[in-house]
Amino acid sequence: MADHTVRFVDPADLPAAAAVLTGSHAMALATVVATDETATPDGDLKVRYVFEPTAPGGPDRFVTLVISVDATRPEVPSLTTLVPAANWHEREMRDLFGIVPVGHPDPRPLVVHDGWPQGVFPLRKAFDGSRRVAVEPAAEFPHLVAEGEGVFEIPVGPIHAGIIEPGHFRFSSVGETVLNLDARLFYTHRGLEKRMEGLSPLDAFYVVERICGVCSVAHGLGYCEALEQIAGVAAPPRARLIRTIALELERLYNHVGDVGNVCAGAAFHYGTTAGMRLKETLQQVNERLAGNRFLRGLVIPGGARLDLSSDLLRVLAATLRDTLAGLDALMERIEANPSVVDRLDDTGVLHHQTALDLAVAGVAARASGVDRDARRDHPHGAFVGVDPPDLHVVTASEGDAMARVTVRALEARESIRLIGEFVRRLEAGPLQIALADPLPGGRIGISAIESARGEAVHWLRTDAAGRVERYHLRSPSYHNWPAVALAGQTAIVPDFPLVNKSFELCYSCTDR
Amino acid sequence: MLRILINALRTGVVTTHYPAEPSVPPDRFRGAPVLRSGSRLPPPAVCPSGALTERIDAGGRHVALDLARCVFCGRCAEDPWEGAVTMGRDFELAARCRDDLRIEVVADDATIHGGSTAEPARDRDADAARASSEIRRVLGRSLQLRHLDAGSCNACDWELSALLNPVYDVRRLGIDFVASPRHADGVAVTGPVTRNLETAVRRTVEAVPDPRIVIAVGACAASGGIVGEGYASAGGVDRILPVDVYIPGCPPRPEAIIFGILVALGRLDARRVRKA
Repeated sequence: MADHTVRFVDPADLPAAAAVLTGSHAMALATVVATDETATPDGDLKVRYVFEPTAPGGPDRFVTLVISVDATRPEVPSLTTLVPAANWHEREMRDLFGIVPVGHPDPRPLVVHDGWPQGVFPLRKAFDGSRRVAVEPAAEFPHLVAEGEGVFEIPVGPIHAGIIEPGHFRFSSVGETVLNLDARLFYTHRGLEKRMEGLSPLDAFYVVERICGVCSVAHGLGYCEALEQIAGVAAPPRARLIRTIALELERLYNHVGDVGNVCAGAAFHYGTTAGMRLKETLQQVNERLAGNRFLRGLVIPGGARLDLSSDLLRVLAATLRDTLAGLDALMERIEANPSVVDRLDDTGVLHHQTALDLAVAGVAARASGVDRDARRDHPHGAFVGVDPPDLHVVTASEGDAMARVTVRALEARESIRLIGEFVRRLEAGPLQIALADPLPGGRIGISAIESARGEAVHWLRTDAAGRVERYHLRSPSYHNWPAVALAGQTAIVPDFPLVNKSFELCYSCTDR
Repeated sequence: MLRILINALRTGVVTTHYPAEPSVPPDRFRGAPVLRSGSRLPPPAVCPSGALTERIDAGGRHVALDLARCVFCGRCAEDPWEGAVTMGRDFELAARCRDDLRIEVVADDATIHGGSTAEPARDRDADAARASSEIRRVLGRSLQLRHLDAGSCNACDWELSALLNPVYDVRRLGIDFVASPRHADGVAVTGPVTRNLETAVRRTVEAVPDPRIVIAVGACAASGGIVGEGYASAGGVDRILPVDVYIPGCPPRPEAIIFGILVALGRLDARRVRKA
């Protein structure tokens, strides 16, 4: 379990304290969680800025700076110019809590759209979140655009031409060259964090498992680990292995599908179809293992809901063998195809320093030379223990679309190897450990899980009755989207789909 | 190029024959829950998405399950309700009418009824027959759909994409997904209709030429699902627009979506909740 240091700081001292952590301690912003504690004896709003080490293989540690915010004058100094990764976090707390980050360079709303009523903050406790708030006619959103002779604006979305999630991209371009790209997201904001408040943590699990389809296991597991910290229990060894097999299977079907999807951006249809077929085979195995093609129903608070019989493990082993052969063949075809490689090489470059500044996670970070992987840096599931499996963290230095595809393919191979290793370690034993009912009140659980997209940070606190008081998910995509916009600016307009697909981010777990 | 051809030939045909041949889901698949009579039927609080409801009258305790709202998590079929509820294997659940997705069990009676009385059900049959003959007249047997994400978690979206993979290949059935609503005969909507997408959803559907089909794919679109109604969510597509076909599932497996689209086209009959 992570070592968690909490420090209360005066709001005025926050920038200096954050500068020490990100400077001499080489830490990065992991998440920011605002809470409404006006109904408690503290009678205030609080903001917690959670930092984590960035050194590869550093200690499993979180450092939280807590500030108390006066509810009648909710202002905090903005960290964004100092810690660029704080940008969206601060805009989000302004929208949802009415906490104003003073000195923030971007005054535009982030999470709420379309004539959201002034002075209404949905994550304040006094706000009744159970009724829908009507859509009002609103002025056009002030997109950040470039102006000048011959500059075109290209609006794309929120409804896209393919079967993909909604987001709006505003390109300013001269000819094919992108001058600026402004992304507007949060179209799929469903208010899920509010939806969970007041629920029993066991009921709330089913909501977390459905925040994002393709991260169902990772988010379910992250929530369970935070919850199990609060309960003071650890899942039994067999359950931990089964959960982690599921986590790697999720990474595998995502990565394999994503490698295929990139081919669609380069009009290499054989590659697209081959990737789809490999992904389909894996999802059919998911359905055999979990009863659901997205592995929903395998992870449960306290352990694993279903066991893996030897028959199922045999099916799994055979599928993994075929997947490995299929993936290798697909990568061989991609690398041997100059028209694909040419499109991917030097396209959508994310610089190493930018990746660090924005606290970019996952494949995107590792392909830009950031050696971070939560499986090693915040061990979870079966990566915990005295004899953790040997994990090879794949990195590349180029930071372009090709590097991201290559890292993804190598990670998929690594997942196949890890699943084999976990299966070998399976020993008979219980699948679940009982959690106290009700759970201990007023406790905080924090976990970081390496999902297919990168590190996701879960923050959970129970109220006095042991129900969910506040839950916050910082998905990897939340930190990576601003990087997509920057990397997109190094590409030409027709290459943007490739850049986007090489990052392959989720909208739904960003928007929640 | 030659390698690609060799690989393709070696792979052979992987396409399913569904719906000409039935699809058998794996043993652990969680399809429509089957409620058995008995006092051990779970209380509504067990269901995380609010699909279970109960009412008590002179006839006893009636427990109802709304398949449109069900997320097929299997919790109501776990200990201590194991046996009273079992997760069935039926996935061909699409219906033209929301009420057809309600299963009600009287706790002390062995019969399972459809959600409403027999009289309106007949009217609905006639309506459905009229609707499908009209759809056939206008669209023939083919359907061009536009996908419309109204705030989904992406699982239903991925299953719609899967329909175009070589295994399901819905183009063999005359079904395809098109880029523009103006080229479409209808929309396949996923997600509960978030506040931030409501305008885009309305405009996209309005851009589809009339007559058009609206298919609500998955629990969120069909009923709000686990998201429900909230400050940021309308709680189901039919709160915003008329829906022609509801496809339960979280997410519905690809065959369940194919079934629903064929129901929408009038090429298959919606399967009613089986009467015991």
